[in-house]
Amino acid sequence: MSFSILGTGSALPATIITNDDLSRIVDTSDEWIRSRTGIGQRRVCTTETITDLAYQAAVAALENSGCRAEELNLIICATMTADDATPSMACLLQQRLGAVCAAFDINAACTGFLYAMDIAAAYFSRKPDYKILIVGADAMSKAVDWQDRSTCVLFGDGAGAAVLGAGNDLLAIEIGANGNRSPLYAPAMAGNCPFRNDVKQSLYLVMDGQEVFRFAVTAMAQTIDRVLQKAGLAKESLTWILPHQANIRIIDAAIHRMKLPGEICLTNIEQYGNTSAACVAILLDESNRSGKFKKGDLLALTAFGGGLTTGACILRWNK
Amino acid sequence: MSTFDKVVEVLVEAKDLETGSITMESTWDDLGLDSLDTVELVMNMEEAFGVSLEMSEDMKTVGDVVKAIDTAK
Repeated sequence: MSFSILGTGSALPATIITNDDLSRIVDTSDEWIRSRTGIGQRRVCTTETITDLAYQAAVAALENSGCRAEELNLIICATMTADDATPSMACLLQQRLGAVCAAFDINAACTGFLYAMDIAAAYFSRKPDYKILIVGADAMSKAVDWQDRSTCVLFGDGAGAAVLGAGNDLLAIEIGANGNRSPLYAPAMAGNCPFRNDVKQSLYLVMDGQEVFRFAVTAMAQTIDRVLQKAGLAKESLTWILPHQANIRIIDAAIHRMKLPGEICLTNIEQYGNTSAACVAILLDESNRSGKFKKGDLLALTAFGGGLTTGACILRWNK
Repeated sequence: MSTFDKVVEVLVEAKDLETGSITMESTWDDLGLDSLDTVELVMNMEEAFGVSLEMSEDMKTVGDVVKAIDTAK
């Protein structure tokens, strides 16, 4: 017993920030950003909160699934940029949706949505008739240093959600961690305790781009390989790959290593940049709504991120 | 096959370059490669030669890579 996807949803901030907009804030250019990352524009929260976007994505996913909020048995939000440390984003959603169930957040940075799927799968093995809402939502605009041209151009804000129910369409999943702070970290609450006197930490996200690139290319290729093995499938049987949208160059390099045709890789990085835990969820929803998936299609979802964390799964589309 | 010949082979396979255009003195710039290309290439070299290489700013030419691989072997 695993689960089936009953419905998907996503939401994005209204404000579009183009590469040209960024070139007026930091020393960069549309040409540089496009050729190094594949990003053309990103959405950034101005008046909306990330909880608002998570809520809109959840409502859309519930509608798409034909499921009512009161039927939900669990809400899991994957985020590293929740509006509050407490209440969790999941609890705020539970209230706004009018759901009557447990709710909690998890943090696996950009891999969060895959981690949420794995946790949900464990619940389904105990409670096969559950209905679980999983959300990936991040406003990385709150985490990055808008004076650092090497990071602020990479990220965007957004939220994606899926409603999961009884079924057997998660054919294999694997999550992993290789704890290491230096390649990528973002600070948590610092407070103003007068008794602390350690060194001041960075206020913003810090990333070693080359180190992350190396890790990401290997992670994407290896995790897909492993879940294919687990599911007993050949890579040629995949209909679509939905990779984490960190950098088009990571996706291209990994696909090249896997010796797969680039066309099976779905991307939306050009429009949204890296929306962290929301990336794969937004891509899943957009592809669902545009009619890209046919019943029986085999999808590989893969993500990697701060932690360092990795995750991948094979899903049979059955909607 | 010499280290240089195999490095050229990896470069040509990964980046669609002309074999004849690559010499020991070729810089990344000469070959039209940026910093992310070089990271990817170092990964490919590690795999092809079964060695572990440190990314370094001093690695500027094909010859530097050949030297780093021969040292790591």
